[in-house]
Amino acid sequence: MTTQVPVAPELFTWPSDQPQLIGTHFPESGVTVFPQAKACPRTASQNGERVLLPRRGTLWSWTIQGFLPKSPPYAGPETPATFKPYGVGYIQLGDQVIVESRLTTANPDDLKIGMEMELVIIPFNKDDDGNEVVTYAFAPVKK
Amino acid sequence: MSEDVAIIGIGIHPFGRHDSTGMEQGAHAAREALKDAGCEWSDVQYAFGGSSAAGNADTMVSTLGLTGLPFINVANGCATGGSSLISAYNALNAGAADIVMAIGFDKHPKGAFDPDPASFGLGQWYGDTGLMLTTQFFGMKIQRYMHQYGISPSTLAKVAVKNFENGSKNPNAWRRKPMTEEEVLNSLMLSNPLTQYMFCSPGEGGVALVLARGEVAKKYTKKPVYLRSAVLRSRPFGSFEVFNSWLSPDRGDSPSVGAAAAAFKMADMCPDDIDIAQLQDTESGAEIMHMAETGFCKDGEQEDMIQSGETRLDGRLPINTDGGCLANGEPIGASGLRQVYESALQLRGDAGDHQVPKKIRTAFTHVYGAPGISACTVLSN
Repeated sequence: MTTQVPVAPELFTWPSDQPQLIGTHFPESGVTVFPQAKACPRTASQNGERVLLPRRGTLWSWTIQGFLPKSPPYAGPETPATFKPYGVGYIQLGDQVIVESRLTTANPDDLKIGMEMELVIIPFNKDDDGNEVVTYAFAPVKK
Repeated sequence: MSEDVAIIGIGIHPFGRHDSTGMEQGAHAAREALKDAGCEWSDVQYAFGGSSAAGNADTMVSTLGLTGLPFINVANGCATGGSSLISAYNALNAGAADIVMAIGFDKHPKGAFDPDPASFGLGQWYGDTGLMLTTQFFGMKIQRYMHQYGISPSTLAKVAVKNFENGSKNPNAWRRKPMTEEEVLNSLMLSNPLTQYMFCSPGEGGVALVLARGEVAKKYTKKPVYLRSAVLRSRPFGSFEVFNSWLSPDRGDSPSVGAAAAAFKMADMCPDDIDIAQLQDTESGAEIMHMAETGFCKDGEQEDMIQSGETRLDGRLPINTDGGCLANGEPIGASGLRQVYESALQLRGDAGDHQVPKKIRTAFTHVYGAPGISACTVLSN
């Protein structure tokens, strides 16, 4: 079985059956940021605490990436011939934080602001050692 | 109102795609501005200039003349031109010089910008996984705005139609072919809800302005245009910007709100006093949102204003009279100064085919860009 490695180790808990994004919470201001950061952007406080973010939230806004991004910085495996548009959105996780993420659907008809979304980990690419590189995404919650 | 700082000369190199270097286009604009002001490069006592991708502006002294003047390179992303102008404004107000030049130019390769995550303080993963595109931000900002305030796709398209129409009347514009609403709506969907012709493209061009202290301006020109205010702001907490991996649910204003309010306050004017406006239209949704952020209307009022043609050349508040970024493209270093060039041209009544028909006395300019900066000016006769 191929080993799955996260695109960056600090982004989400992995491996895990119930993966969660990892942020920093600054108790003095109540601000939560993603990914983890050293200083609070509101107060400049450096007293942040590592926090695991809710796995579900609501779609705050979205778009569909309709063309193959330039590489670098993009590191996806697609070529102009194989590229398929992908969804990108902001997901509001309670009243804590709104996170930016790839979406599992690229169909505009499937996406509505306010709909419920859930974190998933998806294959993204292969690294030089043949490992499967995975990243986080949000998927519409099936009713 | 203060008449401390005047624009006495304006110069432009046509925007678009050219064989010349960005630097040559900047030097061309500088020579045109000097000619327009009726002064020599040796009269210029201070210069500020910059580009994002076409080299150090101060290198230009080797073609303009080695007069030994202080020339400061400015690099401030999309607000590079605005920042050069503010530096010139401050130098004149500080009494450091009587005549100052502000220059902006650029030359970008074709296609969307391809920024480096580290230079924006982001992890490599952000670029790797396909989130580092300015186009996505613009799509998501207007997507939510349309949802909240009832802006229609037709209104998005009408902004592009208007700007291409204005561009068709402007000999210095890049895109000079008018387009129909259907053509705009049916073009390639790049980032929902924005289609190909709703986006501006990175391009080339140069602009230079000669500014003088108010009391010496009349020696050079009968038609000085006064720079009543020039303001730059970075982002406040809670604003929604390009390359944000997270947002606070505690939403706040964009930097454009603060920059515009400060520019009006400094000029002792309000949006109702303004006759024409140049507002950053990186894409057509941006122009719509910036109308409200800069104080020209309330959120949602744009739908009726644009559908009824209020922002066209012959409307109540003409916006982006030279075709904006949509028709001129976006050479980053030159973009903000293009807006001021156009405002001065209009205030002098020299805009030819794209001159607004109504009599005007005041103008407002607004640039916005990564990573959340805005520069605004108020100008008048």
